[in-house]
Amino acid sequence: MRRLWIGLTYIVFGLLLIVPVVRIAAGAWEEGWRGFAAGLTRPEALHALMMTGIIAVVVTLINTLFGVMLAVYLVRAKWLRPQLKRLLNSIVDLPFAVSPIIGGLMIVLLLGPETTLGALLGRMGVDIVYALPGMLIATLFVTFPLVIREVMPVLQEIGTQQEEAAHMLGAYPWTTFWRVTWPSIRWSVVYGVVLTVSRCLGEFGAVLVVSGNILFKTQTATTLVYQDVENFNLTEANSVALVLAAASIGLLLFMEWAKSRNSAGRHG
Amino acid sequence: MLRSRWWSWGFRSAVMLYFVLLIVFPILGIYGQSLSDGWDAFIRNLTEPIAWKAVMLTVKLALIATAVNVLIGTMAAWVLIRYRFPGRSFLNSLVDLPFALPTAVVGLMILLLLGPRSWVGQGAEQLGFTILFHEPAIVVAMVFVTFPFVIRAIQPLLEELDPSEEEASYTLGASKAKTFFRVILPSMVPGIVSGAMLVFSRSLAEFGAVVLVAGNIPAKTLVASVYIFGEIESDNPAGAAAVSVLLLTFSFVILWIVNYMQTRRTNG
Repeated sequence: MRRLWIGLTYIVFGLLLIVPVVRIAAGAWEEGWRGFAAGLTRPEALHALMMTGIIAVVVTLINTLFGVMLAVYLVRAKWLRPQLKRLLNSIVDLPFAVSPIIGGLMIVLLLGPETTLGALLGRMGVDIVYALPGMLIATLFVTFPLVIREVMPVLQEIGTQQEEAAHMLGAYPWTTFWRVTWPSIRWSVVYGVVLTVSRCLGEFGAVLVVSGNILFKTQTATTLVYQDVENFNLTEANSVALVLAAASIGLLLFMEWAKSRNSAGRHG
Repeated sequence: MLRSRWWSWGFRSAVMLYFVLLIVFPILGIYGQSLSDGWDAFIRNLTEPIAWKAVMLTVKLALIATAVNVLIGTMAAWVLIRYRFPGRSFLNSLVDLPFALPTAVVGLMILLLLGPRSWVGQGAEQLGFTILFHEPAIVVAMVFVTFPFVIRAIQPLLEELDPSEEEASYTLGASKAKTFFRVILPSMVPGIVSGAMLVFSRSLAEFGAVVLVAGNIPAKTLVASVYIFGEIESDNPAGAAAVSVLLLTFSFVILWIVNYMQTRRTNG
């Protein structure tokens, strides 16, 4: 019985998870190193990877900053009533439930060129939709809960005793945060950042809707893969996809490593 | 002292404003937009034959994907927690892979694996049916993308399970199968249910992996998220918004139920 279940699990994991990853790696090398490099160093691929990089950096910075602050407020703030806190807390998760396509549609509906707000901004010379700002907003929306959901449980777990002690001893709120709170939430912030970066690299639906997928302008790595597949350029698609897959697998491994290191440290 | 008051007031309003503008405002906006032409127009947009068929197809395929993932997820969670065998921790870290990989990359993987030139595609062709660009490929994409949910929901429950309950059952003369179905399975049910709900909700929303492998023929292989994308592209935001609101309401209700179940479990 035991053997059968373990064997079946291996078969499921092999067929569903391992074979596809191996296949994409093999696909990128179908035409050798040359084919892989050519697919990756096309000007449109370089531009798309640059766009993805810009989005990842900006979005991660903004959402880490606001995410940590919001997590602190949602757990600690005395100026928010408990009912309001509970309501806000359940709203934080909503982006997880929203299909990325719908997330993109929301931004087009609110800020698209045909809306009042979008037209107003357009007259001032700021394009939101079909330009970088819209893509940033879409990715900010999609990655919003990640940092908060990693930091909040840790804040709840460590309690307020040490912070109160620091406050009693006369430390400013700012000093208390950096010297007392930050050291204990540091790793959870790192996990949140890793998840955010990984999601930024992989975000597709929301960015596709908002960006219009314009070559050399708003095309990102994932939307380039989509366009290559639609045009039957499978080898080129493969090389960009392999880079994305390698980056996300690398981030996943880093996360596993950091988590096992930290939990080992905590137990002794 | 006064100065620090102003600072903290400024921080609070900035964070709350960001939260409301980025998350609350767009969600209210899409509900407002879909109902802006009145209830009749909303219903008319939904009952448009192509839209309605896309929704029904999505629900049907998401249910199949949920059933598949409940079966293999329950098995995998059981094996990964209960048995010690070589490669166990490797398989366990592999579980999260589908969450890490960009969905467009997942779509490309399935396309390569199941396409007409691959041996799976050729085998199916000889048996007289095609996988790629038909319903089976959509189900495979949904199963892949939602693979971790059931496993990750069951694992903590199995770890918490008190071994004495099982031992008592054996001591009282129950067979292995009876113990499994009467003692172990009931304690896994909450995890199976909330995992299944998350699988269903995510399958309804999935876009990136599905759009590349589905073929997207209206009324045959066009799922709801791809329908929404098509309506945005062909400049029919009202039609897109109506279907979006239906999907969003579905997902919000599911998310709310799962959260409610989890808080009840941790509190009681």
